[in-house]
Amino acid sequence: MDLYEHQARELFEEHGILVPRAEVTDSPKEAREIARRLGGRVVVKAQVKTGGRGKAGGVKLAADPAAAELTARQILGMDIKGHRVGTVMLARPVDIETEFYVSYVLDRAAGRFLAIASAEGGMEIEEVAATRPDAVARVPVDPAEGVTSAKAGEIAEAAGLPPQTVDVLVRLWQVLVREDALLVEVNPLVRTRQGQILALDGKVTLDDNARFRQARWGADDTGHDDALEAAAAAKGLNYVKLDGEVGIIGNGAGLVMSTLDVVAGCGARPANFLDIGGGASARIMADGLSVILSDPAVKSVFVNVFGGITACDAVADGIVQALDTVHLTKPLVVRLDGNNAPRGRAILDEHAHPLVQQVTTMDGAARRAAELATTA
Amino acid sequence: MAIYLTKESKVLVQGMTGSEGMKHTRRMLAAGTNVVGGVNPRKAGRTVDFDDRAVPVFGTVADGMRATGADVTVVFVPPAFAKAAVLEAADAGIGLAVVITEGIPVHDSVAFTTYAGRKGTRVVGPNCPGLITPGQSNAGIIPADITKPGRIGLVSKSGTLTYQLMYELRDIGFSTCVGIGGDPVVGTTHIDCLAAFQDDPDTELIVLIGEIGGDAEERAAAYVREHVTKPVVGYIAGFTAPEGKTMGHAGAIVSGSSGTAQAKKEALEAAGVSVGSTPTETANLVLTRLEARPGEQRQ
Repeated sequence: MDLYEHQARELFEEHGILVPRAEVTDSPKEAREIARRLGGRVVVKAQVKTGGRGKAGGVKLAADPAAAELTARQILGMDIKGHRVGTVMLARPVDIETEFYVSYVLDRAAGRFLAIASAEGGMEIEEVAATRPDAVARVPVDPAEGVTSAKAGEIAEAAGLPPQTVDVLVRLWQVLVREDALLVEVNPLVRTRQGQILALDGKVTLDDNARFRQARWGADDTGHDDALEAAAAAKGLNYVKLDGEVGIIGNGAGLVMSTLDVVAGCGARPANFLDIGGGASARIMADGLSVILSDPAVKSVFVNVFGGITACDAVADGIVQALDTVHLTKPLVVRLDGNNAPRGRAILDEHAHPLVQQVTTMDGAARRAAELATTA
Repeated sequence: MAIYLTKESKVLVQGMTGSEGMKHTRRMLAAGTNVVGGVNPRKAGRTVDFDDRAVPVFGTVADGMRATGADVTVVFVPPAFAKAAVLEAADAGIGLAVVITEGIPVHDSVAFTTYAGRKGTRVVGPNCPGLITPGQSNAGIIPADITKPGRIGLVSKSGTLTYQLMYELRDIGFSTCVGIGGDPVVGTTHIDCLAAFQDDPDTELIVLIGEIGGDAEERAAAYVREHVTKPVVGYIAGFTAPEGKTMGHAGAIVSGSSGTAQAKKEALEAAGVSVGSTPTETANLVLTRLEARPGEQRQ
């Protein structure tokens, strides 16, 4: 889960990294009050989980509290790359002398974290890396040792950062480890004219797998902006909303991704990703169907199940029971293959629901579901 | 021969006495796996009956290895305890740890894969279905009865896509199928398996299944080009996945322009790998490549 900038700022502050004074609000009137408290002149920053806010007009300087209110009014509700701005952060401006870049990222290939640092902060690090690769230092971190002062010194030296940044590098590593983050990035990390090292903007991605030991995340905070995704997450479903018209249910993440591709190859667009896992019980099938059918864009539904651990007859029983509780409003194409496939197909045939049809191959079933969606 | 797992493998199950552990230990035994013990410190000294076989429970992996000569462990313990389980197995000096558990925090996986690597323990997974050498042994949750022994080696990030291809190619059969897992950090990579299959006399052709996220497939492609002389057939899932969304597997995410299915497909094809556009087409490519092998007879 990605955090908002203001949440990242809070984490940095809790771990002893200096940040500018700032407050968050969703109200222009309150923005005026906040600006007054912060000394009048403020930076108003849209809180969205995407880059390029500045270019999109989501970051503006306001000279006084009245201007802060006006600016907040302009920025709140803006659409930045498909993200609606719900809150703004108002921060006291900082007198910048130099800008740096520091981050810890997961190096998947090496199976460990990597420190990335550069004395050229403020812009996209990918651009710096592409144009001036020598200006970006990459230092692997041994998980057994972590970032000690000595290691931080090595990182700072490799990137040409001043020795003052060593403390921040150590604390930032503590943010990564203690918060179970997959990414912590400070861009820019600045040195002010007064000589302080300050984290001016930050990005943090937390590991969803670590929720069980990270108490600060509320159970309802799933990080889903989409209403269907939030509803699915509340039912414990592994669902991603897409913008097509063929609803997809399958078992296993790889098979479901493959199903989306095969449907797209047949000239239709998948409406969602939904992995119901190995069990494929009646309850999960019913929950999945009800979420998919509540998507008004869906014109047909494709259930693609390979019976491995769970045999196809059990899956077919699950579908039949689910159809007792869910009012099917769209045609449903089912492909069952693998263990006990003939038995599973017979169960669905016996049930003979008028909107359910079976195709025995994955490619054929995808074609059928695509036809139903594009001609409906 | 096969890779990593044979009928000689002696298998421990960490977390055997839990519900998933019980269910899959029974299935592993039915597939011919030599399960020699379970590990649970609170149930040491007991035995668990699986149909006609009584399997002893040991307090530690080290005790189990001493008593049985076990060289493989399959880990079913919950995410919060998985790291400790793998560290314990590595400390005991086991050769292979197959981590089935899904939902392990990445920091834990980084810690135990690094540690195990230093101790000489191969980790397969986490968040994987394990591996099977059909007709010999099954370490994990792969359904054993959908295929048979044969000459294809398979390595995959995805469980169900593995099953799908095992089933479609059941008439030819498999030497070993390895599900390496869909997490961002895994102990055994496509490249490790490619190298092992290349050296395995029982494997004639290699199937490589990948998906969006990271650059493991691109690295595998470079490896194929340099080191693999056997035919390789590939399949990549996730062409329609939007940028920035995790698609089921924790590691299946396109970040910016990196980790796309298209880039992976192109890299594999540039290395001479035939890449199918659907699982069925991939299975057909395997048949074509096997038939095209000079001096080979279809069995």
